[in-house]
Amino acid sequence: MPPIADSILILLLLTNFFILGTANLRSAIRGVALQGLLLGVLPFFVESQATVRLVLLVIATAAIKGVVIPGLLMKALRDVHIRHEVEPYLGFVPTLFLCAAGTALALLFADHLPLAAADRTGLFVPASLATLFSGFLGLTTRRKAISQVTGYLVLENGIYVFGLLLYQSMIVEVGVLLDLLVGIFVMGIVLNHIQREFSSLDTERLSHLRE
Amino acid sequence: MTAVLQLLLVVLTAPLLLGVITRTKAIVAGRRGQPLLQAYYDLGKLLRKETVLSSTTTWVFLAGPAVAVVVPLLASLLLPLAGPRAPLAFTGDLILFVYLFALSRFFTTAAALDTGSAFEGMGVAREITFAALAEPALFFGLLALARISGSLSLSQLLTVDGTSWHKASAALVLIIASWFIVLLAENSRVPFDDPNTHLELTMIHEVMVLDHSGPAFGLILYGSALKLFVFSALIADVALPRTGNPLIDAAATLGAVLVIGVVIGLVESSMARLRLVRVPQLLIAASLVAGFAVVLVLR
Amino acid sequence: MSAILVIVGVALCMASGLPSLVTRRASVVTTVLIVAGGVTGLIGAVLGLTWGTAGLSLPWHIPGGALAIRVDALSAFFLAPVFLLAGAGGLYADRYWPAARMRAGYVRAFFGLMAGALALVMCAANTILFLAAWEVVAVSSFFLIATEHEQAESRSAAWIYITASHVATLALFAIVVLLHGVTHTWAFVPLAAGTGAIPVGQALLCLAFIAFGIKAGLMPFHIWLPGAHAAAPSHVSAVMSGVGIKMGVYGLVRLLSLFDAVPSAFGTTLLLAGIASSILGVAFAIAQHDLKRLLAYHSIENIGIIVTGLGIGVVAQTHGQPLLAVLGYAGALLHVWNHGLFKALLFLSAGAAIHSAHTREIDRMGGLARRMPWTAAAFLIGAVAITGLPPLNGFVSEWLLYVAGFTSITGSPHGGPALILVLVVPALALTGALALACFVKAFGTVFLGAPRSEAASDASEVPATMRAATVPLILGCAAIGLLPALFGPLLSRAVHAAAPRLPMPATFTALLQPIQDSALVIAGIAIAAVLTLLAVTRRAATALTWDCGYAEPTSRMQYTASSTARGVVGLFGWAMRPVIHAPRPFTLFPSAAAFESHVPDTVLDRALLPALRGARWVLGFARYFQHGRMQLYLLYLGVTLVALLAWSAR
Repeated sequence: MPPIADSILILLLLTNFFILGTANLRSAIRGVALQGLLLGVLPFFVESQATVRLVLLVIATAAIKGVVIPGLLMKALRDVHIRHEVEPYLGFVPTLFLCAAGTALALLFADHLPLAAADRTGLFVPASLATLFSGFLGLTTRRKAISQVTGYLVLENGIYVFGLLLYQSMIVEVGVLLDLLVGIFVMGIVLNHIQREFSSLDTERLSHLRE
Repeated sequence: MTAVLQLLLVVLTAPLLLGVITRTKAIVAGRRGQPLLQAYYDLGKLLRKETVLSSTTTWVFLAGPAVAVVVPLLASLLLPLAGPRAPLAFTGDLILFVYLFALSRFFTTAAALDTGSAFEGMGVAREITFAALAEPALFFGLLALARISGSLSLSQLLTVDGTSWHKASAALVLIIASWFIVLLAENSRVPFDDPNTHLELTMIHEVMVLDHSGPAFGLILYGSALKLFVFSALIADVALPRTGNPLIDAAATLGAVLVIGVVIGLVESSMARLRLVRVPQLLIAASLVAGFAVVLVLR
Repeated sequence: MSAILVIVGVALCMASGLPSLVTRRASVVTTVLIVAGGVTGLIGAVLGLTWGTAGLSLPWHIPGGALAIRVDALSAFFLAPVFLLAGAGGLYADRYWPAARMRAGYVRAFFGLMAGALALVMCAANTILFLAAWEVVAVSSFFLIATEHEQAESRSAAWIYITASHVATLALFAIVVLLHGVTHTWAFVPLAAGTGAIPVGQALLCLAFIAFGIKAGLMPFHIWLPGAHAAAPSHVSAVMSGVGIKMGVYGLVRLLSLFDAVPSAFGTTLLLAGIASSILGVAFAIAQHDLKRLLAYHSIENIGIIVTGLGIGVVAQTHGQPLLAVLGYAGALLHVWNHGLFKALLFLSAGAAIHSAHTREIDRMGGLARRMPWTAAAFLIGAVAITGLPPLNGFVSEWLLYVAGFTSITGSPHGGPALILVLVVPALALTGALALACFVKAFGTVFLGAPRSEAASDASEVPATMRAATVPLILGCAAIGLLPALFGPLLSRAVHAAAPRLPMPATFTALLQPIQDSALVIAGIAIAAVLTLLAVTRRAATALTWDCGYAEPTSRMQYTASSTARGVVGLFGWAMRPVIHAPRPFTLFPSAAAFESHVPDTVLDRALLPALRGARWVLGFARYFQHGRMQLYLLYLGVTLVALLAWSAR
């Protein structure tokens, strides 16, 4: 693994902390955009030869992950007219603490997983696990629906990093990317409906739907 | 030949039994009482009277008395009264015997309900409840007798010989006792029902025939006499041995039936009618006694 | 030949309803089709009984399945009442549910489907076909029960029915799979020797008891029967009660015929379940005040009698007493025919009475015999038959079972194991006496006396086709009752097919001859006596019923049905637990008073439903997990995942 890739992965881990630590929804979305750009260009530094296909793939991924999807989210945020504060269940300091603990554990346990020898080197596996955990944390500790979407996106990024291990063929990533796009589209519509129905995006209100 | 004799015996002497019972009760009460042949005079009188039918009734009303007369006659054909073999005998005829009386009960109660009167309804309600309790007693007795004799035909069941008495005397005594109680219940005798009074609130059989009149009522009276005769003959047959000579057997049956009539008269004179809530208890006791007889013969 | 006729009959029945779905004017076509189907199938069944086994096989795309039917003596025996009742019911429905009434096409379509599928169940040679036809019957019955689904009673009856039916189907699925596992074929072939003793065989028998017991309406699985047969249209109830529940009996008999030796414990279970069903069924029947519910409980009683006969057969076969076993099977099978005949007759005439009086409550009818003499006569014949009185058919089958009970005590050695059969005699005696009580009450309150409501006094006789539909049933009852020896050979063939390894004693058919003679004598003399008396009293005067001098007697002063039944309900109060509302007035002068009593079904309303409510309360505590918060749900997922990973990595 070339060292550039490792640096990008370290940057990825830092963006995790940023997304979890920010109190503003817009900056969280920007953080997700940054992550998307970073992950978009990562394959370029992993592959040895630069084929046309790879370049196109990199540009498409960076565009979708870094620009389109965050753009959709920003539009959704403007349409629902909510306050731009993140409302977590868990305070910011404990959240960041958990994120750090998760990252540390990921770094420690990556060696114990049964993987092929070639994959053990580098930070791919620990980074992916740490991002997964951060995304999961974002999903479970945020109250607003848009924050849950950002957490979901971070989760997907973690899976994407893990998928890069199979860098011979990027079919899986492309498929995942397409699904992600459609998913965000749908989520935008759903958020609008939730806002219209409950006049808020507080997921607490959704619990009225049980029974 | 024996069939004709048996039929004549039953048809002609059934009302005499009623007279014997009434005379016994009168003697015990210190009176002279009615003539022994009073039932015959009553039947003759009723046959000459006019019938009055209720406007609510249908043909079922008259089917009741008709079936009430036909059934005991047919049932008597199944019993070996004048000889060791009944005119109509086959494997399993004992079930037909019991169910014939069920047939007559069906039509008698239907005829009672046909009038649309609450009194008859009361009688019907009691009759059907008590009959349900009396049937198992009959069947338990028949089971025990079937076990003792090893046959399923009344002609063999009831022709008791000395060895049977010796083998299972306890069981036979129990059967006779239980069947005597059933006889009192089925034929509306004290302690189940009082045939002399006509208080509709307290009766079972007497109240079901309140609206019959004339020849139909005569048939009902005759039918009840026949039924009493057949039941008494059933019990008499359990106890009596058979000689084979039709005349002697017929005479012996008649004598035994009249003795049973006297016993009925004595029982009626010595007890009062039971409260209605006690009647099911007595009938269940009769069933249990007969059941105990079955257990005795199975040992 | 018989198989072809049967298949044609099935096809005609199933197709009969379709024209009515298309257009209202096709109701005559429907009636013709279903009567034709019934007649064709009946001829096929009779041929199958008299000539011999015939089979037919068509290809079918379902894996393992085949449209294979086999009309042997047992199938033919069960097919005959199916087709007879289908034809009679179809004829009855022509004017009972005329095309102008709502959902006429729906009723006709599902009726034809149900009848055809019933016939298919009785002759299916392939287990998959059996299962498929079974389900078609269950689903079409559900739709028929829910015909008047505007009423809550019909809806609840339909739901309870389909739930119970699907529990039975579930058990049947298991049976079919187990059979395949044992025999490696999807057909009804005899099982290997000794299958009754190994666990697979015992599992088969347990499942059969559940599946066929639910379908037949054996206690305590009977909970669906009263509501379902009361809510359905009368001709549908007739078919469901007359032959629908016999589907369960057929399945049981067919499965038992595959075994070479059934464990005696199963026979004893059948015997005891049958006795309990018969006694408690009739006891509950007496307490009912809805005419169709009363008849439905009587179906439970008669199924109890049939299963008692089967129990006798199995127990006697296990103890090596062939005559007893034959008597038991013969009584059970003949009772299948008899019950089909008289129950259908009762339902059709009760339906006519309900149709004219516009109510199902017995206590609102009365005096219908004067206004509907034919219907009353038909009901009377049905009532005499179901009570088992000579000279009609009910007596013959009960007589066979009685003889079996008595033979067990005379034939067996000292203290032999088959002595449990002696219980049959007092049980049947009690059942018969209670049935007499119930039908005296029903016939007397509905048809005799004075009308208790406006509608009853305005009742009129039903159209001719509805009366004509009861004629073949009456003829059947009379024929089996008066000429039982004629049916003896058919019965022995059916018994032989039901128990192939049982040696047939030669004395069996000879037993029925004396019954035939005495039945003819009884019938002749009784009818002659009645006619004589009627002729003699032709010139009688008429007056009102003696009313003890009441100033204003009304028809409501007559004894009600509940009062007539009160004695028996009191005797069986420990099982029935009647609910009585009798608020008493405590004032000095007469004031308004009321009395209401009803008997809920003990198993359903006092055991099953409270148990289910309790279970729902307990399980309600699990609702604390369903708080609607997505975040916690995700946390559950994550924690479970981590736990699983940790556990698998140890």
